[in-house]
Amino acid sequence: MKKFVITVVGHDKVGIIAKVCAYLAENQVNILNISQTIVDGYFNMMMIVDGGIVGDVTRMSKELSALGEEIGVVIRCQHEDIFNMMHRI
Amino acid sequence: MLNIKEVLETNKMIEQENLDVRTITLGISLLDCIDSDLEVLKKKIYNKITTTAKDLVATGKAIEEQYGIPIVNKRISVTPIALIGGSACKSSDDYVELAKVLDEAAKTVGVNFLGGFSALVSKGMTKSDKLLMQAIPKALAQTERVCSSVNVGSTKTGIDMDAVKLMGEIIKEAAELTKDQDSLGCAKLVVFCNAPDDNPFMAGAFHGVTEADAIINVGVSGPGVVKTALSKVRGQNFEVLCETIKKTAFKVTRVGQLVAQEASARLGIPFGIIDLSLAPTPAIGDSVAEILEEIGLEYAGAPGTTAALALLNDQVKKGGVMASSYVGGLSGAFIPVSEDQGMIDAVQAGALTLEKLEAMTCVCSVGLDMIAIPGDTKATTISGIIADEMAIGMVNQKTTAVRLIPVIGKGVGEMVEFGGLLGYAPIMPVNQYSCDAFVNRGGRIPAPIHSFKN
Repeated sequence: MKKFVITVVGHDKVGIIAKVCAYLAENQVNILNISQTIVDGYFNMMMIVDGGIVGDVTRMSKELSALGEEIGVVIRCQHEDIFNMMHRI
Repeated sequence: MLNIKEVLETNKMIEQENLDVRTITLGISLLDCIDSDLEVLKKKIYNKITTTAKDLVATGKAIEEQYGIPIVNKRISVTPIALIGGSACKSSDDYVELAKVLDEAAKTVGVNFLGGFSALVSKGMTKSDKLLMQAIPKALAQTERVCSSVNVGSTKTGIDMDAVKLMGEIIKEAAELTKDQDSLGCAKLVVFCNAPDDNPFMAGAFHGVTEADAIINVGVSGPGVVKTALSKVRGQNFEVLCETIKKTAFKVTRVGQLVAQEASARLGIPFGIIDLSLAPTPAIGDSVAEILEEIGLEYAGAPGTTAALALLNDQVKKGGVMASSYVGGLSGAFIPVSEDQGMIDAVQAGALTLEKLEAMTCVCSVGLDMIAIPGDTKATTISGIIADEMAIGMVNQKTTAVRLIPVIGKGVGEMVEFGGLLGYAPIMPVNQYSCDAFVNRGGRIPAPIHSFKN
């Protein structure tokens, strides 16, 4: 199963997770894992989502990036393999 | 399962430390294009390149989007043209025609450089080799994206000093023909000893005759990532230093391996090698010289520089080798001057000289690279510098290269601007004493004794 990693980084504020989750729900994307932390006042979130339903990754990547601009954070969507390759032998 | 720390670390490397895949280079054999009719040959070359590479750029972009990693360049290397044009080209102008076809094919498929306007003359020059070499200045002046290289020596064959002498003259002529662009032609021309068949990096890339019909080679980069990792172990001993470089090189190379596998699968072209080079760009924080500073030198060129570069080169290889199934090309640290802000600063501060750079090339992966010298430097002096560099490669059984730019109309201390990835550079002084009698002897320097291993 292909999985994608969505990261959200920016100034902390009310409703970031809500907005990102709402977008994913609207697009029928299943969330497998969420972790979130605050580093030096910056909001950092990582979600692993099910790539089986993601469909057009390029479109989702662009829409998430636009949503990020709207909220004032940076949202990226990447195939999980880049992280697996780098951090797992 | 992945954790958030690892994910953020990877993205920080990409966003803040300039981690990227420097190039996906598609090697294409042109041996099946050979024809005795120049017009037919031109058509066959154009068709083969534009067919084999038609999806290269689009595939590169799709992989960038999928993994969120920039792939800076998509490029092509071809079989050395001196081998392809031998029967069709009756004059050096015929070879210039072939260069124009290569340029056109590169533009059609959208790659920014195409390497392989090359000749392999480490033991001697054929008539065809000589015609191609004589065509280089015009070819580089009249094309935009074609890169040229000439291999004039190897550990097995020794050094072809006739070719070395000729290349001194060719470099001067290439500089003269592009003098209105700060002699830019010379930035696309490399003279090699022990040139690898599978190097993905320009300007020296060509598709060796030992290679398959088409192959994907990938060049990784990441000096900024190594520098940031080292900034966290300041003051600690060499064991910690080396371990940190090794681990970082492993991570960087794994990304290259992933991109190479994906590109190979999507294009249906076999994967060749990963080139583990630390390749700088003029961008701030993307500098090999800054790694040397982080290791503990005030500037690149200070005493200790050669030792620091030697350990850097070695650790990059040790870390990278485990990350990829096939490693090749140049693999090591590049030390170009104009393409590295830290090197430019070191030259301007007076810390780095041509002679120190020559010493550094004994332990790094390439050679005297992107160095601007005064435009009135004699051709024989350039040949002398080439001969020195080739001797280092020949005796140490490693690749060495020379990419010097004698900037016509400019002198020591003046600046030249090449633009883009090629950067800018202060003109460096060259030893003024003559080597005319040495260069003019003619003939070959024999292979060293340790090359006889049979």
